[in-house]
Amino acid sequence: MGSTLRKSQANRKIVSIANRGAPKLREGQREAAAETSQPIASVREKQIGGHERALKAHKEADNPQKTMEVNGLTPVPDSYDYDLIVIGGGSGGLAAAKEAAKYEKKVMVLDFVTPTPQGSSWGLGGTCVNVGCIPKKLMHQAALLGQALQDSRKFGWQFTEEVKHNWMTMAESVQNYIGSLNWGYRVALRDKKVTYENAYGEFVGPHTVKATNKKGVEKLYTAERFIIATGERPRYLGIPGDKEYCISSDDLFSLPYCPGRTLVVGASYVALECAGFLAGLGLDVTVMVRSILLRGFDQDMANRIGEYMTEHGVKFIRQFVPIKVERVEEGTPGVLKVTAKSTTGDQIIEGTYNTVLLAIGRDPCTRRIGLGKAGVIINEKTGKIPVNDEEQTNVPYIHAIGDILQDKLELTPVAIQAGRLLVRRLYAGATTKCDYVNVPTTVFTPLEYGACGYSEETAVEKFGEENIEVYHSYFWPLEWTVPSRDNNKCYAKIICNIQDNERVIGFHVLGPNAGEITQGFAAAIKCGLTKEQLDNTVGIHPVCAEVFTTLSVTKRSGESIATCLMEFSQHGFSSPKVIKLVGKANKEQGFTISHHRRAMAEAVKEDWDLLHYT
Amino acid sequence: MHQAALLGSAIKDAQHYGWNISQPVHHTWSVMAQGVQNYVKSLNWGHRVQLQEKKVKYFNIKGSFSDPHTVRGLTKAGKEIVVTADNIVIATGGRPKYPMHVAGALEYGITSDDLFWLKKSPGKTLVVGASYVSLECAGFLTGIGLDTTVMMRSIPLRGFDQQMASLVTEHMESYGTKFLKRCFPTKVEKLENDRLQVTWKNADLDTEETDSFNTVMWAVGRAPDTKTLNLETVGVKTNSETGKIIVDANEATSVPHIYAVGDITEGRPELTPTAIAAGKLLAQRLFGQSSELMDYDNVPTTVFTPLEYGCVGLSEEAAVQRHGSDNIEVYHAYYKPLEFTVAERDATQCYMKMVCLREREQRILGLHFIGPNAGEVIQGFALGIKCGATYPQMMKTVGIHPTCAEEVTKLHITKRSGLDATVTGC
Repeated sequence: MGSTLRKSQANRKIVSIANRGAPKLREGQREAAAETSQPIASVREKQIGGHERALKAHKEADNPQKTMEVNGLTPVPDSYDYDLIVIGGGSGGLAAAKEAAKYEKKVMVLDFVTPTPQGSSWGLGGTCVNVGCIPKKLMHQAALLGQALQDSRKFGWQFTEEVKHNWMTMAESVQNYIGSLNWGYRVALRDKKVTYENAYGEFVGPHTVKATNKKGVEKLYTAERFIIATGERPRYLGIPGDKEYCISSDDLFSLPYCPGRTLVVGASYVALECAGFLAGLGLDVTVMVRSILLRGFDQDMANRIGEYMTEHGVKFIRQFVPIKVERVEEGTPGVLKVTAKSTTGDQIIEGTYNTVLLAIGRDPCTRRIGLGKAGVIINEKTGKIPVNDEEQTNVPYIHAIGDILQDKLELTPVAIQAGRLLVRRLYAGATTKCDYVNVPTTVFTPLEYGACGYSEETAVEKFGEENIEVYHSYFWPLEWTVPSRDNNKCYAKIICNIQDNERVIGFHVLGPNAGEITQGFAAAIKCGLTKEQLDNTVGIHPVCAEVFTTLSVTKRSGESIATCLMEFSQHGFSSPKVIKLVGKANKEQGFTISHHRRAMAEAVKEDWDLLHYT
Repeated sequence: MHQAALLGSAIKDAQHYGWNISQPVHHTWSVMAQGVQNYVKSLNWGHRVQLQEKKVKYFNIKGSFSDPHTVRGLTKAGKEIVVTADNIVIATGGRPKYPMHVAGALEYGITSDDLFWLKKSPGKTLVVGASYVSLECAGFLTGIGLDTTVMMRSIPLRGFDQQMASLVTEHMESYGTKFLKRCFPTKVEKLENDRLQVTWKNADLDTEETDSFNTVMWAVGRAPDTKTLNLETVGVKTNSETGKIIVDANEATSVPHIYAVGDITEGRPELTPTAIAAGKLLAQRLFGQSSELMDYDNVPTTVFTPLEYGCVGLSEEAAVQRHGSDNIEVYHAYYKPLEFTVAERDATQCYMKMVCLREREQRILGLHFIGPNAGEVIQGFALGIKCGATYPQMMKTVGIHPTCAEEVTKLHITKRSGLDATVTGC
């Protein structure tokens, strides 16, 4: 890391050379400049020196007219330190900064991670890279590999019976990889000549931010434009013992010991994903849920996820909320006692766990970045920032992207797309806006869930139940047949708008590789996919995704999508009638899957007549 | 069996992800074969049930034409069955070919028809051919730990995009499959120790070489099973070179009431889902349910080599040939699947490319993807292409993070630009 520091100092030198007009303008002077009429030079070496004028205008920033003048209607004085300052070096912020640098803008990124109550902290790159998607998916993969080890025996692989998981090996590998990404981001910024400061940015006035580094050293920077991309951090319960003893997803991925018996509080996708992989690694996991699973997602799918997790060893405590967490024993991990209260009555329960992971939601980091001083309005209740369809806040020169936006999606690729397109509009004359419609997403629970478009509930609400048609089917991944894994869990569902040529408005899949499957269908939905086109597309055999080309049972019909038959649907034999008939036959025969298998084996030995059971 | 091989890799990966597995790890062929065979038998049963439920009569006989409306054949018990019909559909598929000019080929060699039903491990195996059957089988045999060699006379995966085909074989080489390129076998002999001694010619060095194997598998192509059908008598025309039945867009043969679908038809893709779709549509047309013809364009497919290869639409060569290289734009990228990082797996051959028209709209002509779960990735995009997807539409699609498929929505380097196509970071 020593070399990183040296290199970033070198980088700063380049910046000050570029600042040739006022080469010795140091921090103190910069502040002085803000208050006196000492001219500040621009990067472009045009000594305009209008800084005071600009600031004066902005001191009167309540007057939007003045702000407008400074931002475009009158020539902008070339007097800011930077063309663009991005506050927050996460997926969105970095994408925007790098894109702006492409257009030869002078760009600064301020990124600072406030340590968690447990003291966890991390490098450049934001939530996704450090404490979100990346470590989450890697640990999910570790859990999937645990399942693969079990399957592999059925496929002929032999190794000793006892296979244990070592948390530290995994955590270290994951952290090493993240470390390489952090480093990669710094190098990328340097290559693109974006100034990066590991400092906390907050507005102290119009066009001006204060950057405070780890040592408490403060510097002031001005910029023509700003992008706020500070993201969110996990919420705490506000009960005795929460910050002292509980961890959040911000701590979990770098935990220096195996969490042991774990209570996950919450039913967000973060909660279910973490609970899922911890259970997959062999830990005893309980999820405490206040009301419903995966609020905002299709509830039919959410409940199926819950069911699958229950069957795979995750315990659920429903309609309870913790009211107190106490430490019984110190240690790594120690022992914690959790007291919880029913949400429907007065019942109190207690339980002891090694680790309590809070995943009850996330709050935007918008309340302590001086937005008031810059005049940016936030939603007081949620802390989210309302923006127009061009990611512009109420203060025209301040933009915002990513998870902090009100009524937008909290997804890395969305933040990246929004950031890039915003910068292209600002600096490259582009007009394309970020399209927040039909954005696909995937929840990496043990059985992955991919979705794009409307949930069934919202589709009903928006179009009316009579105007939508829901097609659905179970499917049995071929890879699951030999190890006899659950044959009635993987599920495919599409929602079509009857009044619009059965256009596909919702896509939902529960099964392995749901993310890989969903991506292409999301592209097709973007191209206006209809049910007819789905039916006319030839499947790829044998993969899970092909089930979508043979969907024929509507939910409305109430016809069975009997499980013993799922393997045939993969061969294109999923007509409702066949499914119904054989489903019925299966039921009448009291067929379970093992019955089914036995019958199959017998049938091939015996004659055809043996099958005349109907 | 491909899955068995993938699980072998998973066992290796698992150790990087913290799973303690004490060595050694072995693979037992019979356990796998039993599992796979049981499942296949269950499917056989399923199909019989289906026919039963649908009230379709099923005869377990080898049928041949006696006149244009009559098919006859013998049951296993030797009883003659004669069936007449208004319409007849021929769907007898293909069977693996043996190189009859190679001495000992038929006597000592096996084909893919035998491989999956072997009770014992094939051991050290020579796979002859460079078709997808050859590469898939060689791939999973390597994956379960067998010493496997592929012998190929010319190019791998003929008909597929050749850049992708080379990446597939390149990966197999690094995976441990041996390749004897520009070689063709001349004879197979049985040694006293029951091993098979194979002699071949190396066309590059013009030398004769030899080695011994436990198993020799022919994967030199498949031939249509038309000879015994007595097609000449009824006037159904075949291509004299390939033996395949000539059909029109309606799947009708030269005899109007005799139809053919699947691998037996001339010029059609040899793929299960195409055969299914063609058969269904034919039935619908025959009985007045629809007039829709089978659309053989943009049929997606996947080759299940150790690193899977999925594609839909035109290969780069075909696109160049059809539109001219000045009129197509190829976007491409090398990428690293997230799961490969911790597992320290080599991602040199993880690659994708999108072949588009160069005109303003940039309609997508073909999509090619090499990497894990290629089939799952390609299926949805195949639909997009069916819906006439353009490059800008693809770019407007938001990615799903972190997946391999999202890289398709981020393709931005053109081959023409000559820029480095290696994807870095998120």
